Amino acid sequence: MVHVDRPAVIALEGVGLTYPGPPPVTALRPCSLRIEQGEFVAVVGPSGSGKSSLLNMLGLLDNPTEGTYLLNGLDTSAVSDSRRAALRGSHIGFVFQSFHLLPHRTAQENVELAMLYRRTPRRVRRRKAAEVLARVGLAHRAHALPTHLSGGERQRVAVARALVGEPALLLCDEPTGNLDSGNAASLLDLLGRLHREGMTIVVITHDGQVAARGRRTITIRDGVLTEVDTGAAAPC
Amino acid sequence: MDRGAGRSRLATRDLLSEAVAGIVQRPARSVLTSLGTVLGVGAFIAVLGLTGTAAAQIDTRFNRLTATEVTVEDTGGRDADRVPLAFPRSADARMARVNGVEAAGVYWKIRLAPGQSVRSSQVGNANGAVSQTPVVAASPGVLAAAGPHYVQGRGYNAFHESHGDSVAVIGSATAARLGILTLRTQPAIFIGDTAFTVVGIIDDVERKPDLLLSIMIPRASAERIWGPPQDERAKMLVSTDLGAAAQVAEEAALALRPDHPEYLRSIPPADPKALRNAVGNDLGQLFLLLAVVCLFIGAVGIANTTLVAVMERIGEIGLRRALGARSRHITLQFLAESAALGLVGGVTGTSLGTAVVVGVSLQKEWTPVVDPLTLAAAPALGLATGLLAGLYPAWRAARIPPVDALRR
Ligand SMILES: Nc1ncnc2c1ncn2[C@@H]1O[C@H](COP(=O)(O)OP(=O)(O)OP(=O)(O)O)[C@@H](O)[C@H]1O
Ligand SMILES: [Mg+2]
Repeated sequence: MVHVDRPAVIALEGVGLTYPGPPPVTALRPCSLRIEQGEFVAVVGPSGSGKSSLLNMLGLLDNPTEGTYLLNGLDTSAVSDSRRAALRGSHIGFVFQSFHLLPHRTAQENVELAMLYRRTPRRVRRRKAAEVLARVGLAHRAHALPTHLSGGERQRVAVARALVGEPALLLCDEPTGNLDSGNAASLLDLLGRLHREGMTIVVITHDGQVAARGRRTITIRDGVLTEVDTGAAAPC
Repeated sequence: MDRGAGRSRLATRDLLSEAVAGIVQRPARSVLTSLGTVLGVGAFIAVLGLTGTAAAQIDTRFNRLTATEVTVEDTGGRDADRVPLAFPRSADARMARVNGVEAAGVYWKIRLAPGQSVRSSQVGNANGAVSQTPVVAASPGVLAAAGPHYVQGRGYNAFHESHGDSVAVIGSATAARLGILTLRTQPAIFIGDTAFTVVGIIDDVERKPDLLLSIMIPRASAERIWGPPQDERAKMLVSTDLGAAAQVAEEAALALRPDHPEYLRSIPPADPKALRNAVGNDLGQLFLLLAVVCLFIGAVGIANTTLVAVMERIGEIGLRRALGARSRHITLQFLAESAALGLVGGVTGTSLGTAVVVGVSLQKEWTPVVDPLTLAAAPALGLATGLLAGLYPAWRAARIPPVDALRR
């Protein structure tokens, strides 16, 4: 599985994350982790164990307080703030635990927002957003406001927004948390298809069904990362 | 995977439409927020417009007559006691030769001897009406410069003057009091013992309205009978071409008395600008201050609302950052929003202020005058207010770390 010739998409070396507080909270204990191009990784663990903290860090929204994080071989600690923004916009798709949809914009506009900072022409933004919304089964609700959408529909809008920029790395925080088993299954099918198309996916979940889809499952408990299956991740 | 090596970019058009969307989302709040700017800019326009309108009103009245009038006073200088009359006989003609002078004439009020009066018939004739009307020695130039309107007859001229003719021009009210109805009979009035033939009756003058209530006789006759001025020293009334008054005033003394220019002193017309400033000063400044206060309140309002909006939309800020927005883009977005609010307030205020100026002018039957530069500057003033007010909130918004913003 390890390709020596090309750098891993994600390579953590002794990375830890402590919130300064007060009081200081260690959300992640120093650990190492490699995720290769095209992997589908599930992250599980109890509430408050540090799953979202890990994901924010992987998504360049937060800096590790120790260790090195290489994204495609690029040392992220050396990257300027505006370059990080550009990397987030072009390489990374986020599905947040609490969606973060703009309440006064339609589903379609929310999806278009993901292309705003890449100077995609408006016409192209429209077309792509409509396509992706259709792909998550929301073509008929494209012009509804988020407040008029069900929890599951909102979650699918959030997924559509993450996908519309065709990111190389997709980070999902509980993407099926609000879905019934039917909708959850179809979302999982979608993620599976994207995975087969070569997208690297990291999914946080409580859902055993989701975890089962992942080739790798990483467990976090009290900020300590363990990987049962392959041993590719190990506490330092 | 190196396609994102560049920078995040945001098209100006997209930035503006995001700002507009941000404002339109909360219409009621946006209206309330821009109210301060509306009032400030509106007051600004109204004050400048109204003072401008009033000043223009003064100007039009002022320019045509007062600004073309110069009075030359006979002070006599240090020789006042020795020289009772400094204006030479040829004063009218000398002054008329000065560039820009239309007409000029010397006048003074005559002190009648005790017991002398103005009557319509000879002393001793019981039927004669008596008048207390002042008698004024006035050279023909005075009649020309004052611009009288004759209901009957005409004024005397240099010919009458040089011949020492006893003629008079009187106002229509005086004529009525003296029982003079027509000039066809060549009526005379008696001033003391001397008979003066009334050659003209006037009912209006453009300048020196007190002439309407006087009896005017040629200067030569007056000097012959009553001598030089006694109570009040003589003056000269000069009417000039438009714009020539100041120059004429400067040259008058030397033209009239090249030997003793210090005997005479010119009084040019008041500067219309000074008059306009006087109007602009008292009330205008107060209202301008008020406008500035309104603008300040407007700015504080916008700043406050934008700051609240920043806190409210902290999740949105985090999301935009996650989607690739640089902190600069966040700053720009909030700045654009507050600037747009200011601009909307400025435009609305400009319309309201203009409406006030037009309304007041209509009511006062003035011609509304608003400087186009002011009209153009006012919305910009609103824009600047908005921009200034947005600086701090926008700076705050950009400094929020994306993770923190997303956790809320
Ligand atoms: N900004 C912060 N400052 C201090 N402590 C924080 C901060 N953010 C998170 N924490 C703490 O870090 C720990 C990990 O939080 P995190 O959100 O990563 O948990 P999680 O695994 O995602 O939980 P859940 O499943 O409930 O979403 C928690 O104890 C949390 O209280
Ligand atoms: Mg979480």
